[in-house]
Amino acid sequence: MSARSWFASMILLAAVQAAPAALAAPPQLSGQAAAAHVLNRLAYGPAPGDIERVTQMGVARYIDSQLHPESLELPAALSERLAGLDTVQRSSGEVLGDFLAVRDMVKDETEDAKAMRREVLARINNQTAEARIARAVASPRQLEEVMVDFWFNHFNVFSGKGQVRPLVASYERDAIRPYVFGSFRDMLGATAKHPAMLFYLDNYLSKAGGLNENYARELMELHTLGVDKGYTQKDVTELARMLTGWSFAPRQLVARNETFRFDPKRHDNGDKQWLGRVVKPQGQAEGEYALDVLAVHPATARHISYKLAQYFVADEPPPALVERMAQTWVASKGDIRSVLKTLFASDEFMSPEAQGAKFKTPYQFVISAARAGNSAMAEVRPVLGALDRLGMPLYGCQTPDGYKNTQAAWLNPDALSRRIGYATTLAQGVDAAVVQAALGESVSERTQGVVAASPQKIRTAMLLGSPDFMQR
Amino acid sequence: MQRRDFLNAFAAGAGLMIPLGREAWAATSVQRPTDRKLIVVMLRGAVDGLNVVAPIGDENYAQLRPSIALAAPGKDNGALDLDGYFGLHPALAPLMPLWREKKLAFVHASGSPDATRSHFDAQDYMESATPGVKSTPDGWMNRLIATLPGTSTPTRAVSVGPTMPRILSGQAAAINIANGSAAGKPGALDRPQLATAFDQLYMGHERFGKVYQDGREAHKEVMAATMAESMAADGGAPLPNGFPDDAARLAVLMRNDPNVQMAFFALGGWDTHASQGAGTGQLANRLAPLGQGLALLAQKLGPMFEDTTIVVMSEFGRTARENGNGGTDHGHGNVMWVLGGGVAGGKVLGDWQGVGNGQLNEGRDLPVTTDFRTVLAQIAERHLRLSDSQLAQVFPRMPSSSGLRLLRA
Repeated sequence: MSARSWFASMILLAAVQAAPAALAAPPQLSGQAAAAHVLNRLAYGPAPGDIERVTQMGVARYIDSQLHPESLELPAALSERLAGLDTVQRSSGEVLGDFLAVRDMVKDETEDAKAMRREVLARINNQTAEARIARAVASPRQLEEVMVDFWFNHFNVFSGKGQVRPLVASYERDAIRPYVFGSFRDMLGATAKHPAMLFYLDNYLSKAGGLNENYARELMELHTLGVDKGYTQKDVTELARMLTGWSFAPRQLVARNETFRFDPKRHDNGDKQWLGRVVKPQGQAEGEYALDVLAVHPATARHISYKLAQYFVADEPPPALVERMAQTWVASKGDIRSVLKTLFASDEFMSPEAQGAKFKTPYQFVISAARAGNSAMAEVRPVLGALDRLGMPLYGCQTPDGYKNTQAAWLNPDALSRRIGYATTLAQGVDAAVVQAALGESVSERTQGVVAASPQKIRTAMLLGSPDFMQR
Repeated sequence: MQRRDFLNAFAAGAGLMIPLGREAWAATSVQRPTDRKLIVVMLRGAVDGLNVVAPIGDENYAQLRPSIALAAPGKDNGALDLDGYFGLHPALAPLMPLWREKKLAFVHASGSPDATRSHFDAQDYMESATPGVKSTPDGWMNRLIATLPGTSTPTRAVSVGPTMPRILSGQAAAINIANGSAAGKPGALDRPQLATAFDQLYMGHERFGKVYQDGREAHKEVMAATMAESMAADGGAPLPNGFPDDAARLAVLMRNDPNVQMAFFALGGWDTHASQGAGTGQLANRLAPLGQGLALLAQKLGPMFEDTTIVVMSEFGRTARENGNGGTDHGHGNVMWVLGGGVAGGKVLGDWQGVGNGQLNEGRDLPVTTDFRTVLAQIAERHLRLSDSQLAQVFPRMPSSSGLRLLRA
């Protein structure tokens, strides 16, 4: 829906529901509908009992608790499960060491060597993914998990590229997760200096006289300002020069867990002209200065506010909301929690128009299905397989722009039939009454009626594969 | 597979909901509105065109690329001579027979007139065919479906892969099928009880009903066409995974289902900022399955290849100079590949200006001397027989024709 028609329907709705008072507040969701809505947006959909719990505590209190999740304890079963996944517990240097050891055996073609290589790679992959999926399904800090998905995707790295694979767990744990409600500048710096990003976008190779523009371009285009926001090819090149020497040495990372090093010998010590500024040679401080400027730039504020509003409200987010969020961004110097507060407190977010407006991404679909059926996802491999087939492999987006989250990107004939197929598999042994109770009013009366009139043994599959469950 | 084998297979599979009758095979000449085929392969990430079709004969080429230039023809891993000046990447050797048969042409220094070096904007422009205009709601292949004569089924345009690309998005129905062997296999909705149940949930649904229904119909068609083939026991060696496999499957589908007129593939992994290699290495490893797959597609289409045009394109080219890491950064002009029975091939076309210092765009990459839309429009006009007014719908605000002679007809 275009912004204009969104507004038109808002006005129409307001007129219908609040006529004739011209200045009446826009209609807002309430009761169980409101609870289901926030669970579909701040969480990966309702699990059994969630709608009642959120209705009882009130939507505002729920939002507040999700924005300050420190007091929400992880269930013991989840903590134990995470503790058993050594890939996500160990340092990036240790995991990289394992990876490089088997990779260097690549010429040893004995069966033992091959088996060991397979085992190490599979352990790294599966444990990294299992930690992500287990948390997404079972953590009470649902918004934190939603934000980990959002920000990882915003600062995407592709695990299929060289040394990125063993570094993904650390990247998420050390460069993304600690900052998802914090200062954007901190997260920007943590990603810029993480070996996964340094490797993925090649900045670790870039040096004076041997420039690599890859990271500098995506830093402005994707991570901060947004495309076409007034910078030129020259600005890209100059920023790449400022960032020369930002690097890591795999051997030092393995030996001493040195995740970042600024190498003055590789740094370009000339003057730079970047975004209309003259930057005098100051070593690492030039790159830090660039991140300072970019993090609070009004273009960055608008770009990321738009992305957040698109993720949480509608594919074409209301421009006035984006503008208010961008103002909060600038006023708070990029404090993510403040921007989210503006978003969640907005009329636009709680409008009936927003309810169910988003088409789930494959990731949101599979995680929400597990939650609705109260499945612990003991086996992650079928989940990973489903994500592959639905076109959204976990940690598998090749390109730095990450996955889109719009209906246009994900709704297609093959996707619907595959989601229905996945729902059918997942439904085995799950009681339809439990799922229906969990989903409450987010399933339409029409769908409830068709399901109730169908054979008992396919009702769960029908609910999880229904049109209602494709949206959030 | 011979036509007779197919008919036998069809007889054996009587009762399948296969949407074609005997008349589909009654004549080899072009008769149905869907008989002239178009396949587009998009290389996402900006393939290095200067190492796909390399200007070996320009002395600047090797100087610009001390560690990644292709060696001259005849040397170890050297380029394959095309016309004494340009050389083809050796990993694309499977395409040389088509070159010699004059069914493969290249258009060099082609691309989008928009100057962006953002992958994502540039791809968007190439798929909407409206460079510089982001608000265009649909892709040009979708507009093409709407414009082509004859009635369209949802299978008229098929994308291979799990998502629907921008180029096929729009008002006209189009479908996507899975990579690999899954497309022709039965799924949950082939079980009658589930089909009935989900049909009740989705048919007529305001938001998802049409997509659901298109998918259901297309799936039946695709499954019937693919099963007919497997019963005929092709006897060919198993194919490697990836593009060659998907290309061969598409050929089978197109031969067995005459409703399929257009197809789209997207392949990634071309953004070679570091260690791209020369005759061997990273880029070679990407090109090899592409070359193999295209050759296989041509071969498996059989006589249908005579009525098919295949275009390979990428959002922009890469820097003429290699960067500090044995790779190349984002550039501008690139090379388009055109294959097919009607192609006036065996030539590198386009207005080529060389890679000397004064000839590069912004001192860094190839200028765009041929707008990609003029290449596509020529195919739409001469191969798919669109009228001027239809062309204007598919390619609005297009520059005047380039005088390129790409097709024989």
